[in-house]
Amino acid sequence: MTSKFTDHLGRPIVAVTGMGVLTSLGEGVEENWKALTSGKSGIHTITRFSTEHLSTTIGGTVEFLDIPASNAVERSHAMARKAATEALAQAGISGDFDGPLFLAAPPVEPEWSARFELGDRVPEAAREGNAYTQFLSVLREKPDLAMHEAMLFGTISERLADDFGTRGLPVTLSTACASGATAIQLGVEAIRQGRTSRALAVATDGSVTAEALIRFSLLSALSRQNDRPEKASKPFTRDRDGFVIAEGAATLVLESLESAIARGAKVLGILAGCGEKADSFHRTRSSPDGSPAIATIRGALEDAGLDESGIGYINAHGTSTPENDKMEYLAMSGVFGDHLKSIPVSSNKSMIGHTLTAAGAIEAVFSLMTIATGTLPPTINYDNPDPAIELDTVPNVKRDQAVTSVLSNSFGFGGQNACLVMTAEPA
Amino acid sequence: MSNAATDVVITGIGIVTSLGIGREAHEKLLTGTAPIKPVVDNSWEPHYAAHPLPEIDWSEQIPRRGDQRQMENWQRLGVFAAGLALDDAGLKDNEEACATMDLIVAAGGGERDISVDTLIVEESRKVNDREVMLNEKLMTELRPTLFLAQLSNLLAGNISIVHKVTGSSRTLMGEEGAGISAFETARARIAAGQSTHCLVGGALSAARADLLLMTESSGVADDRQGNAEDPSSVAPNGVVFGSAGAFLVLESRDHAEARGATIYATLDEVEGDRGSREEGKLEERLSRLADRVAADAGSVELVISGAAGEPVMAAREENWLKERFSAARLRRQAIAFGHGVEAQFPLAIALGAIAVSAGAPIARFSAEGEKEMPAAPKTALVTALGFQRGEGMARLSKAG
Repeated sequence: MTSKFTDHLGRPIVAVTGMGVLTSLGEGVEENWKALTSGKSGIHTITRFSTEHLSTTIGGTVEFLDIPASNAVERSHAMARKAATEALAQAGISGDFDGPLFLAAPPVEPEWSARFELGDRVPEAAREGNAYTQFLSVLREKPDLAMHEAMLFGTISERLADDFGTRGLPVTLSTACASGATAIQLGVEAIRQGRTSRALAVATDGSVTAEALIRFSLLSALSRQNDRPEKASKPFTRDRDGFVIAEGAATLVLESLESAIARGAKVLGILAGCGEKADSFHRTRSSPDGSPAIATIRGALEDAGLDESGIGYINAHGTSTPENDKMEYLAMSGVFGDHLKSIPVSSNKSMIGHTLTAAGAIEAVFSLMTIATGTLPPTINYDNPDPAIELDTVPNVKRDQAVTSVLSNSFGFGGQNACLVMTAEPA
Repeated sequence: MSNAATDVVITGIGIVTSLGIGREAHEKLLTGTAPIKPVVDNSWEPHYAAHPLPEIDWSEQIPRRGDQRQMENWQRLGVFAAGLALDDAGLKDNEEACATMDLIVAAGGGERDISVDTLIVEESRKVNDREVMLNEKLMTELRPTLFLAQLSNLLAGNISIVHKVTGSSRTLMGEEGAGISAFETARARIAAGQSTHCLVGGALSAARADLLLMTESSGVADDRQGNAEDPSSVAPNGVVFGSAGAFLVLESRDHAEARGATIYATLDEVEGDRGSREEGKLEERLSRLADRVAADAGSVELVISGAAGEPVMAAREENWLKERFSAARLRRQAIAFGHGVEAQFPLAIALGAIAVSAGAPIARFSAEGEKEMPAAPKTALVTALGFQRGEGMARLSKAG
């Protein structure tokens, strides 16, 4: 049975009724959208910790938070809570959310400062054996619950579940740099299954540390253009040399269109399609023929009931690594062919950097804002185009152009690919 | 019981524990007449025990040395168990089936380099500017491959690379909750027709000092050097990690029957929840879960408890289980196998599926506090109870 509340496959249409976002550009959708459409960069020299000896010293870290302890769990939770508070207010939902929570969160570990502090507590006489044997001798005497909470992967979702009264066991997930998109996909699936009329999709990443920078540096993934931080992230250009690591969070309130209309909620857009396909080629590199990314984009289009002519704008993954941008272009060309030239494609990461776990959801919010406002955010730092990547990147300056459907790409290490299609509310 | 096309059935069981490798070895173990005798290693770290990895020839499931070198034992174990599940389902070299197979992995983080961490902690006691020293040491000492071996989603990534399972790839996290959510998500997708076949599971390599920080930081680790005198039959006095790799192939009944697959069990219901455990709230929540997962308590003949081993919570769950499922025989997984964290619930489901398909009474997991079983079980309830948070239940039935 199809109705105005079901899609081309007879499934419940999934609406977005609330959005919240926080990045290095600021707090809130309005502030972020203003900065983003002004072509402003949030990338800066990192000062939160020493970057001496590091090959990359810049990032899009979020430094305006008031958190009880400087660790990835506190930072990620604080950002997620702010983004969710904003989204729920916009959706007009107060009290218990009473739907499932899908959280994209970074894998966390104890901070080095916490390890050092624990190491200091080891009595001189016990300073033998490996560091963990020493740590355990201290913890046996006196547990450290703050450290405990800061190293469990389930802490953030547990807190959010209490903050917002979500239902059931929250799902915490990681599909690397595609995580934000996967959180949304899980929410869409749950509504289509009919097991809930609403779902909260949250993605957050506050995990930038010296060790994180070094790890990505060892994989040659980060830009080293430290001298002018705001110019370092330059997707699709000839002189791109890696992504700029960043932090942020986003929340989307997903709701069956029927439920949204019934309660008189404002519909901000439709989450029309999701696609995914894993790549078995290599741990950090994509299949040379782009076939998994192509299958992912096609999967999202098919799920949305659209063909190649149905997409008006692409919010690119566009990390500014030599590898991703080349592969992403290959994949988009493979799907859209000659038509790709007429589709504007821009990368939010040119301004906010790569927010890793949060990227897919942050960029979904910006995709929906593109539909809502008729403004395409630019790709900044597009000064020296890569001649092998022929795209209309909305270079350097925003463009007023009405679009009713957006494709948002997310690709990550470990062969992770996820794409979303968002559309305007059906007339 | 209906035999609907979208019934979720288990057609492949890949299982590795301290007690053996593979479905057949575990079926033999579960249907033996004597209580299961755990294998406990007390020699790896002062004060703590662990149920160790059995001897494994990784090449049997990870043929390329290059692939083996890219992983540490946690990922190797998961990839190995995933391969066993595919083999058991008869799908191992079925390229088309693997290319459309969904993958959901419950994962924690990988092994840290203990010697590098120790070096840095020792240096930190000698220098004034610890951050600068840290950067210098990490820049020179960290191995690039170790990052990928630590990344949570790279267990799934390695399964895709080694076994070519590429329909989709999702990694769920959050300690025990990850394992519960993995099966809840997979079952819901198949039952709704969103997926036809899915590889689901998790792994834990237990003898890891860095892992102990997780439990000892809240005081729930068992630091008695593990029941050294008689490891059989003594309930743990806290969490003792147990090595486990448990992956299952789930399919819609239609999909399984169309390819003539052996169906071991149906996965009737899975659900998880969380919340306060104060003053009877845990028991209230367990009751609500049971109302949805196994409302007909009398039909449940076997309960496998996945309580983590923290004694107060384990006792509360046990008391509740004995009251609610009074006709069933209880088996306590942590005593025989240790606690598998993310792999705890996947292991419970694997054991439950073997139990309902074995056609024989299930051996006691401990000589003390468990009763012998009068007949082969047809219906099993399995649980997980996180050491910090999260509860889950699943009901499995003999394939009919």
